[in-house]
Amino acid sequence: MTTDKIIRVSIWVYLGIFFAYLLGPLIIMSVTAFNSPSFPRMTPWECLTFNWFGELFRDERILNGIWNSILVGFGTVILSVSMGLAGALMLTQIWPKLRATYYTIIIAPILIPGVVIGISTLVFWDRINRMLGLGADSFLSNGLFLTIIGQSTFIASYCMLVLVARLQRYDIALTEAALDLGATHAQAFRKVLMPFMMPALLSASVLAFLASFENYNTTTFTFGEYPTLTIELAQKVRYGITPAISALAFMIVALTVFFALINEANIKRKKMIADARKDATVGELAGKIEVPGIISRNPAAIALIVLVIGVVSVTASAMAYSPDQCIANVQEQKRLETEKRIQELRDRRAKEAAEKAAAEGAEGGATQTAPKPSNNSGFGGVFAPNTLNNEGADEGASDEGADGTSNNSGFGNVFAPNSLGTDDN
Amino acid sequence: MSAGVGVDLENLWIRFGDFVAVRDANVHIKGGDFFSFLGPSGCGKTTILRAVSGFLEPSEGNVLIGGNNMKGIGPNKRPTALIFQNLALFPLMKVWENITFSMEIAGASARDRRKRADELLDMIALPGQGDKLPSELSGGQRQRVAIARALCAEPDVLLLDEPLSALDLKLRQHMRTELREIQKRVGITFIYITHDQGEALTMSDDIAVMRAGVIDQIADGKTIYNDPATAFAASFVGENNVFRGKVLEVRGDQALIRTNRSGDLLSRISTANQGKMNVGDDAMMFIRPEALSLAPTGTQGDHFVTAKVNHEEFEGNSFNIFMEGDGGKELKVAIPNHGQSFDDHSGQDMTLEYDVNNAVAVPAGELAAE
Repeated sequence: MTTDKIIRVSIWVYLGIFFAYLLGPLIIMSVTAFNSPSFPRMTPWECLTFNWFGELFRDERILNGIWNSILVGFGTVILSVSMGLAGALMLTQIWPKLRATYYTIIIAPILIPGVVIGISTLVFWDRINRMLGLGADSFLSNGLFLTIIGQSTFIASYCMLVLVARLQRYDIALTEAALDLGATHAQAFRKVLMPFMMPALLSASVLAFLASFENYNTTTFTFGEYPTLTIELAQKVRYGITPAISALAFMIVALTVFFALINEANIKRKKMIADARKDATVGELAGKIEVPGIISRNPAAIALIVLVIGVVSVTASAMAYSPDQCIANVQEQKRLETEKRIQELRDRRAKEAAEKAAAEGAEGGATQTAPKPSNNSGFGGVFAPNTLNNEGADEGASDEGADGTSNNSGFGNVFAPNSLGTDDN
Repeated sequence: MSAGVGVDLENLWIRFGDFVAVRDANVHIKGGDFFSFLGPSGCGKTTILRAVSGFLEPSEGNVLIGGNNMKGIGPNKRPTALIFQNLALFPLMKVWENITFSMEIAGASARDRRKRADELLDMIALPGQGDKLPSELSGGQRQRVAIARALCAEPDVLLLDEPLSALDLKLRQHMRTELREIQKRVGITFIYITHDQGEALTMSDDIAVMRAGVIDQIADGKTIYNDPATAFAASFVGENNVFRGKVLEVRGDQALIRTNRSGDLLSRISTANQGKMNVGDDAMMFIRPEALSLAPTGTQGDHFVTAKVNHEEFEGNSFNIFMEGDGGKELKVAIPNHGQSFDDHSGQDMTLEYDVNNAVAVPAGELAAE
């Protein structure tokens, strides 16, 4: 009994830890996008703000990076899905004895490190460019072209794996039946094989797009004048990160969850229809399916509606709600706290000085030993410029604050607990 | 009835590497006939069908459809339609789209296609089922949709590759009659591939019996059953009892055969082998279980067989007696049930009698596997 209970509890504990490990970073990062401090953090919670989203969309480089990523993504989808389909078809047609070898060769790019693919893409196309006698500005050395080509080298293999799985369930007799009924090979391909492959083609496209979007190590060699989002982020992080990046991360997470839910709903709906069709005649079905109307038949429409509602409500609340007052309050509070501490310190110093003077007066032989010199002097050193800064910074100018506070708050962070600690001592 | 379009195979050879799948096939199929290729699996009958439909180029020889040589003409240009063993209905198309696929290829409008599909659905007794998917139909219904799809292409020759093999027994028997009726109604040539001799016998005008790439005999069902040309044809089509031996004497169209176990027996030489069997040749003699009858035990003669009874069974319409036979195979006798009394004879000797005309002698050869 007890061991049973222990096992059950430990399973829940394990699950809790597991999900915390999986989702914790995402949740924390998402939350920091809505907190006002200019360094992404969840505690202390200061003010709810949507400013970081605005910040994000004012950042030309991030926007440019997103645009480049989308361009590269679509190029990669087109190139790698078509190469993957060709590879998959070839695998089913090839002489059986060669199949294993062919499979190994075509799967190899997945096993090669992305860095190697990036470098070799760069070198290879540079050679070709020179062989053809083209200049440095030819399309063969264009960053978009190189990135798409480089990423497709291995993403095509992923696509092929997805497509082969579907193709293995294809009955070649279907193509033969189409040919037998008068179709040309092209017609049989278009009307019979392609519709059958469509679900796999879609999932291969999504996979290819995501793989392309998140790729860094190949792209970093090939991007040229077209830095993608990952490249821009990496470059940004070098100069310190802001919650604007959290805002971007939050949007990506939200979109992913959104589309995953849509997909799930779609699968469930299809299953329900299939179940219903099994025991209903065509006539009954026509009546049954009509009821929910046009929307239930079109998950894309639901998706669009939910998306629009979401965007409108977020924008509206962001416009109605202004965190400026809150931020001002927080800053005012900080200022007051700081002043209070300065006042306390001053009082203590005065007190110490008075005690010292009293002691000196009492014992003339006592040397100039400061009571807490290390503590005090360290404090004083950090503290002095800080207070000046804080007092010097204009409280109202939030734009200034965004730049200035990155220094300040970092300091304040170190500072606040420290000073409290010494007070206790 | 229209004459229909005939199909001829001339000296047809089909090889896959060293393996010969079809060896020198010569077949003339009359227009409007229901013609069956009957043989065990792997005998090359499907290969012949694929050569007729155009999926395979013959290694040698010609396929003629309506007198035109089909060399180099692809399956989509031949006046044939094939019904696949697994039917190969397009799983993502509705029934009516499946049926009218050939019209879609030809560029017909959706309205014309729908109309034609409804006509064909009426013909195959599936009215109003056009909007279902093939996966929502039963096996027999799918079968009929496949037939409608092939007929919609208005072929001159319909090729059927064991289309009934996936169905259960009851449905199979029902579809036999239905197929035969459809064939009579549309009047085109049907070429039917099967390993089931019952299907071949009940439906076909003519049957070609195939064994390991060779066509043993081409004839109507009755002839093949009563007058087989080879030992294989005799043993593959229907139940048969075999007696092995050597030809002792030839008397006109009859031969006296010295059998290994049952003494000298007289038999008719099958039509295809008359004049070809000589004294001293290895021979096989076949007698159907229903052609044997009981005789007083111990009767001697050239049309009497005496053997020990192993066991007996009652099958309703007949009593079956299994006796010690030649080469480890049991000798089966079927006595029609007329309500007579029937005693157990296990372990005893019994003597059987047959009409010499019902016994067939052929040169010794390969028998069909059980």
